[in-house]
Amino acid sequence: MSAVLEIGGLNTRIETAGGVIRALDDVSFEIARGETFAVVGESGCGKSMTALSIMRLLPEAAWIDSGRVDQEGRRLLELPEYEMRDVRGRRIGMIFQEPATSLNPVMTCGEQIVEVLERHGIARGAAARARALDWLQRVGIPDPAQRMDDYPFQLSGGMKQRVMIALALCSEPEVLIADEPTTALDVTIQAQILDLLVELQRSNGMAMLLITHDLGVVARMAHRVALMYAGEMIEIGSRASFFARPLHPYAARLFAALPGSASRGSPLMTIPGMVPPLTTEFAGCRFAPRCAFAHARCEAEAPGWHMAATDGTTSHRARCHLLEEGEVPPLRAEAGAAAAALPVSQQGALLEVRDLKVHFPIRRGLFRRTVGHVRAVDGVSLTIGAGRTLALVGESGCGKTTVGKGLLQLIAPSAGSIRFDGRELAGAPAKVLRQSRSLMQIVFQDPFASLNPRMRVGEIIAEGMASFGLGVDQAGRDREAASLLAQVGLPADARDRYPHEFSGGQRQRIAIARALAVEPKLIVCDEPTSALDVSVQAQILNLLADLQRERGVALLFITHNLAVVEHLAHDIAVMYLGRIVESGSADEVLRRPRHPYTQALLAAVPRIEGGAEAPQVADRKLFADLPSPANPPAGCHFHTRCSRATAECAAAYPEARIVSQTHRVHCIHAQ
Amino acid sequence: MTAYLVRRLVYAFLILIGVNLITFWLFFKVNTPDDIARLQLGAKRVTPDAIAKWKAERGYDKPLLYNGSAEGAKRFTETIYFEKSVAMFMLDFGRADDGRDIWFEIRNRAGPSLAVQVPVFIVGLGVNVSFALLLALFRATRFDFASQVFLVAMMSISSLFFIIAGQYVFSKLWHLVPISGYAGGADAFKFLVLPVAIGIFGSLGGATRLYRTIFIEEMGRDYVRTARAKGMSELVVLFRHVLGNGMIPILTGVVVVIPGLFVGSLLTESFFGIPGLGSYTIEAIQAQDFGVVRSMVFIGSVLYILGLVLTDISYTIVDPRVRLDT
Amino acid sequence: MNFMVVVLWTDVLLFILLAVCLAYARHAARRPHLRAPWARMARSASGMAAATVLSAFALIGVLDSLHYRPLIEAKPGVPGPARYAVEVRSVLDLVIQGVLGPMAGKSEKTYSAPLATHAFSRENIERPGPDGKPRQVREYPRLANGGAHLKDPAREWAADVATHAVRGMVFGFIAWLALAFVLLGAYAANHQEDGGIAGVWGDAWSGRGRLPWRSILITLLVICLCAGVAATLGSRYHLLGTDKVGQDVLYLALKSVRTALIIGTLTTLVMLPMGVLLGIAAGYFGGWIDDAIQYVYTTLNSIPGVLLIAASVLMMQVAIDANPGWFATAAERADFRLLCLCFILGMMSWTGLCRLMRGEALKLRELEYVQAARAFGVSRLAIIVRHILPNVMHLVIISAVMDFSGMVLTEAVLSYVGVGVDPSMSSFGSMINAARLEMSRDPMVWWSLAAAFFFMLALVLAANLFADAVRDAFDPRLSPKRRRRGLLAKASA
Repeated sequence: MSAVLEIGGLNTRIETAGGVIRALDDVSFEIARGETFAVVGESGCGKSMTALSIMRLLPEAAWIDSGRVDQEGRRLLELPEYEMRDVRGRRIGMIFQEPATSLNPVMTCGEQIVEVLERHGIARGAAARARALDWLQRVGIPDPAQRMDDYPFQLSGGMKQRVMIALALCSEPEVLIADEPTTALDVTIQAQILDLLVELQRSNGMAMLLITHDLGVVARMAHRVALMYAGEMIEIGSRASFFARPLHPYAARLFAALPGSASRGSPLMTIPGMVPPLTTEFAGCRFAPRCAFAHARCEAEAPGWHMAATDGTTSHRARCHLLEEGEVPPLRAEAGAAAAALPVSQQGALLEVRDLKVHFPIRRGLFRRTVGHVRAVDGVSLTIGAGRTLALVGESGCGKTTVGKGLLQLIAPSAGSIRFDGRELAGAPAKVLRQSRSLMQIVFQDPFASLNPRMRVGEIIAEGMASFGLGVDQAGRDREAASLLAQVGLPADARDRYPHEFSGGQRQRIAIARALAVEPKLIVCDEPTSALDVSVQAQILNLLADLQRERGVALLFITHNLAVVEHLAHDIAVMYLGRIVESGSADEVLRRPRHPYTQALLAAVPRIEGGAEAPQVADRKLFADLPSPANPPAGCHFHTRCSRATAECAAAYPEARIVSQTHRVHCIHAQ
Repeated sequence: MTAYLVRRLVYAFLILIGVNLITFWLFFKVNTPDDIARLQLGAKRVTPDAIAKWKAERGYDKPLLYNGSAEGAKRFTETIYFEKSVAMFMLDFGRADDGRDIWFEIRNRAGPSLAVQVPVFIVGLGVNVSFALLLALFRATRFDFASQVFLVAMMSISSLFFIIAGQYVFSKLWHLVPISGYAGGADAFKFLVLPVAIGIFGSLGGATRLYRTIFIEEMGRDYVRTARAKGMSELVVLFRHVLGNGMIPILTGVVVVIPGLFVGSLLTESFFGIPGLGSYTIEAIQAQDFGVVRSMVFIGSVLYILGLVLTDISYTIVDPRVRLDT
Repeated sequence: MNFMVVVLWTDVLLFILLAVCLAYARHAARRPHLRAPWARMARSASGMAAATVLSAFALIGVLDSLHYRPLIEAKPGVPGPARYAVEVRSVLDLVIQGVLGPMAGKSEKTYSAPLATHAFSRENIERPGPDGKPRQVREYPRLANGGAHLKDPAREWAADVATHAVRGMVFGFIAWLALAFVLLGAYAANHQEDGGIAGVWGDAWSGRGRLPWRSILITLLVICLCAGVAATLGSRYHLLGTDKVGQDVLYLALKSVRTALIIGTLTTLVMLPMGVLLGIAAGYFGGWIDDAIQYVYTTLNSIPGVLLIAASVLMMQVAIDANPGWFATAAERADFRLLCLCFILGMMSWTGLCRLMRGEALKLRELEYVQAARAFGVSRLAIIVRHILPNVMHLVIISAVMDFSGMVLTEAVLSYVGVGVDPSMSSFGSMINAARLEMSRDPMVWWSLAAAFFFMLALVLAANLFADAVRDAFDPRLSPKRRRRGLLAKASA
């Protein structure tokens, strides 16, 4: 095996106010030509630091303490800076997570690609432009001649990432480092970008270092996988062997924490505790404090690499004492018991939404007249039964968050009816509205923006109670706050602390406690876990399921994450450009999807079940981007991206087809 | 774009009316013309006759807002508000206390003001931006630290000291340039070089520090990391990527003062005896010539509003993301 | 009682401000998230050195804000109510008089150079000639007070100055030791873990301690030495010379400190509530409220600042002159004028803060914790008070400390333009303005200018450094970190 990139004993440190962080500790691996090597791990594990250390693009407070990075015989860490610059962009290309901010906003896309070509003496002038144009075509940008002179802000997120890829690959580097290349993108766009990377790798034969937190992406893309934990690589193996039989207890736990249809109806496995701070001098195994199999040796002695299986060319190894002792930690939770149905309390409808519309005016011209509307929500109808979970699924910009805010009247709906427990809330007088606010509460996505940093946790939880006059006095509210904190799994002394002292997952628990404090019957959960790591997500999902069981609270779960939907939803509504295209019970929508959009969405989700096969290319692909909700396509909004579209589709928006008592779909081609 | 400009002009007009009302209130309501007459005439000669004469000479002998004794539209036009404040919209500023036409003076004095202000503005901007780029390039080094100390010290010294020290050293001690005065044509150079140099020097501290902060903030952005990952050298990163983006806030921030260059600098002009609008204003303040002060307030506001419009337009030129019609 | 307490308006406001600061300090000390940035700021060496200098100035300013009118000695046997002097004096005057003795105040006829024993310009003096008849001579007369203790200035002067300078430094050093002992002792008592006063002292000089004691102590030493020299030399000579009417320049400069502090702080006091409340209202409520507030601040902004200030001050002047009955003493009139100046400056300068607050409120309004509060039906006023205001306070603090130095500099310019403080009130601006008129004299009268320069530089530089430290502590992302090279240092070597 000829390695294009070899990393040996890499140690990277960051200086912070709290001490020196050991961001990377003895990281070693190699990547062969044409190979995709995936580094996976939860946030803060050092996976991005690995990439930046290889490129020598570390932030200013960080430095490489020791180690070796060899790229085809070049010792990168010993090169003077000016020679290293010849390596960057020429030998090693890199793409980043945020396409929106990673391109220079005041240079055209063409200029930014030409700049690379000219910098590395590959082409200049007209030749460079021609080459850049060719690359824009290769990365699948429609109308590339036009796009050459566009500025990045004129492109969608997916298109920007394609430009980034063109920019990184136009000098045909031997290695491509992709740092979370699809994390900021929607699942259908993610599928496109991943396919593009696979195709380009096949034609160029480059090696790829893929950095991601998403095991699904790994399963789809990688040849070999490395798992990182607390600055250390703890498991390396081929994809097949890694997904078939993870060796490290952390890996096994991580798999068990993944939500999906297999875990439906049963709590997810979680990992107790938290990642230790990297300022610690570790004596033993870093995972030992959280490991179910830890014994005395784990605390005292750092485990070395232990081989488990050899499957032809690549070895599968992990840093765990158990392997040396011949014991392989048991695997994921038993799948058999899992397929149980979700507990359901069948009652009447709690919330009935009919034809909800939220339009934002677009004003133009001399008198700021309203020349049009952004139809963020354009006629949505939903029904949520008491104690049930309805998942509202869609890509970013489809209006799903606006639905949530419209229901709570955080944004005034333009039209439609919202009946809660038989009472009409849309257009209700302020007094009725104020009373009804305790019935519906909301949990937001960003755990850092959803708690006021200047208030104590106790005050945060008590705010709603005080507002509704619940709890007789301060002491009563304090008692209530303490019992709520206990319910969401936080210590009682949390009450007197400030939000910044808590981690993302703990903050989300506080946000849930705050919502529960006013005893709502419905909680709108707006992407409550999408900012969290998998293991923390599992804890929050379990918590929500427990609360639903104990309190009978209904959930409107707004998300783009289909795996989460599969895990917890009773009913599903799929939203596209302000309208619901398909709705039904979870089983109906997930197993027998009728709308082409639902089908494409489901197909685009990378799944780890397919991990044993070769990198797959999804069969039902969506090419174009999401159209603007200010100017949705005529007729069926989806027909511009639909493979089954006919002339008829552009004529009128399709009426609902009733598939079953609960299952409805807006498509004339739905069988 | 046209719609935007029209709307902006309407808004500008509204602002000017506001300015007009504020100045009117300040100059005629807080103290009546009688008070001012008494002040100007001095304690000795204050007789009702003298006050009436003083007011009649200056046209202050009419009612403030509503003239009940006049007919028709003249009830509103033959008032102090109309004649002294509304007339300014027609560029009719009346006469100064010394009898000269204010608008004539303003036109004549704008030239010398610009002769000082334009070089200060252009060279100053160049110096400040270059210095700030240099500091951004060498950030967190000893050079950066020493420069920061120097810049904070510069910021902490009143511009009065720069002028006094400059005049003392270059004119009085070394006799390099005349201490004050002004002449047209090529002779202007020797009169202008010191005030311009001091003007640039005086703004160095604050502006350079601000720009340095802008550049350093810009250097932490993702696209800069992308540029480095492309193999760009630090200089290219700085001059092509950071400068291009950093100039957006800098340029749009300074555009607002460009029209204001006309009214000159109070201190510089009065110290160096440059017959510009700055010294005109300061003389008027010291002589308590309210007619001139009012006119300069109006002109200054017009120019500021013009600066605001120019700022918006400059955004569309330097930042491809900004369109005015949306 | 042999004095009558006089409370000027600016005194009241200054002490209110002081009380507010103390109350905030107590409030912040008990809340970790409010304490943290100040603790960060306390680790900055330049910031703490600047704070030391500012404290010295603040002490002068506070002493100068305790005013009274001394009792006029009634003639014995003449009954009647006690009469008090028209002149309003302050505790600082008392202190200065106590230390400098006859040098303080107006004690010479006209200009004299620093440390001089003779006047600056010749005068016609009658002297007994060799024949015993009085004769007119033109020579430099001896000063009435400056160096009056010397019999033969030409011979004794240098030695006398040197002796007293050294003595002053020794006094200064002793005072510094005492002060350092008190400060470190108080700190050590609260931080037992640092090994008592000896431990703190050792840490201070090795630069190990948690607070930058070394820079604090060095700054304090410089201040003490200056004060010591000023006290010993200043009581025998006019240390910084005298001005045109024979006033001691050192005394003038010290009296100017209060004016600068008042302008810097009270203006902020006027501007903060307007800027913060209007800005938040505009940003949070939007709609016509936003339009109206934006209109007001654009209008105010569009009027050239100096002109509007000048016009307002002129109008205030007219009003004061028209109503001489408002004030009992000249000091009260000057004080009223100072107060008006602060108000006018405040009214001119709230727009910048207002715009900042508006932008911040617009951003915060969309934040999720505000949305969550709205979902609870919390009233809009409560949302502003509980959720918006506490989260913009750090910006308010930053802008308040940043504006201070600008105000001090502005005062100098306004006094030059002729629209500054009352001519009877000493200020740096009027010192510069008076000195400027003597620029053409040869040799130049440089000392008033130099005194104003150094006092202002010390005050404004300290304020700027302090503001920088505060901004870095409250908004840390703006300060770049020192680069560490690690392994690469070897590669590039």
